[in-house]
Amino acid sequence: MDFVNQLQRKFIDYSSSLHREGIVDDQFTQLRKLEDENSPHFVMEVASLFFEDCEKLINNMAIALEQKQGVDFKQIDECIHQLKGSSSSIGAMRVKNACIAFRSFSDAQNREGCLRCLQQLSHEYSLLKNKLQTLFLLEQQIVAAGGSIPRVH
Amino acid sequence: MARNGGVAWMRTTEKIDGYDLSTSDTEEVHVLAVDDSLVDRKVIERLLRISSCKVTAVDSGRRALQYLGLDEEIQKKETNGFDGLKVDLIITDYCMPGMTGYELLKKVKESSAFREIPVVIMSSENVIARIDRCLEEGAEDFIVKPVKLSDVKRIIDYTTTELREGEQREGARARRRGINKRKQREGDDDLSSSPPSTLSSSTSSSPSSSIQSATAPLSPSTLDSPTRRLKMTSSE
Repeated sequence: MDFVNQLQRKFIDYSSSLHREGIVDDQFTQLRKLEDENSPHFVMEVASLFFEDCEKLINNMAIALEQKQGVDFKQIDECIHQLKGSSSSIGAMRVKNACIAFRSFSDAQNREGCLRCLQQLSHEYSLLKNKLQTLFLLEQQIVAAGGSIPRVH
Repeated sequence: MARNGGVAWMRTTEKIDGYDLSTSDTEEVHVLAVDDSLVDRKVIERLLRISSCKVTAVDSGRRALQYLGLDEEIQKKETNGFDGLKVDLIITDYCMPGMTGYELLKKVKESSAFREIPVVIMSSENVIARIDRCLEEGAEDFIVKPVKLSDVKRIIDYTTTELREGEQREGARARRRGINKRKQREGDDDLSSSPPSTLSSSTSSSPSSSIQSATAPLSPSTLDSPTRRLKMTSSE
């Protein structure tokens, strides 16, 4: 039981740090509230979908920015729009903010600016993914040890 | 409520056919959710399930119309045109490739079979002109993304209330018709301008339109919606 308590405490502390660092915002908490015994890993499942989405969109934008014959900024804008939407829905605040910054360079059709933004976006995404995977691992360890995931009130 | 032989027969039929001819309080609201984003679909689905709704989630306006049986290119052989369960509410994203949520809204409101279904629009952009356009076209409400549980609860609350009120009015009219056969009072005495209802069409949702929100109870939760407040004042 003591081991489970330790894990639960780690989970709570780590969760708090993610909020403090702005990695996730209130919407992430809102999604946590949707978890229960029937759907204990809902947030982890949505996050997995988000990671796939994000990787695909970042990849598409990288390819679009590489086009020698001319960058399709409309496509870039569409990708940013989608990513901004899904990051907002999951509460990935820093990724969302990176999208907002990216948009202004895409609107200005500034290729260099876009490349820098894409790099920043990739960085934020990697950070988010690593941190959330650490959190989800704790989640799984708690459940495997027979404990319950601390719920938000 | 006095139970006569007619109602008892209906009850037996319900048991035999498994058909729910009457809507009880425990019947869930069936929501058709439309969003091209997989992440958003997963979230809205969960929000709706937690709010005790049945959910059908599709990824485009086109698929939504197909589900309803409104797609011109796919002719429905069945006379009622329903692909599945009766839809009580449509909740759709605004920005979608192909058909936007606004275009879907228009198609639904232009259809005689489905115009009574309340349509709620979701959008990440909080643009007044966009909100106004949707409300003018008959949208029930407009939610700014990211969608929260309180948004969904509010919408389901007043959808359920309006459905129940619709059935109560249907039931009340049916009883009056049954008891007072000589009195031809088919003109409605309440605000809603529905045509004389037939008892067999119990599957139709309540005859509410976006302006006649006066029939919904003015609980604090319904007034919390800025768009509801907007509609209240504009209908005065």
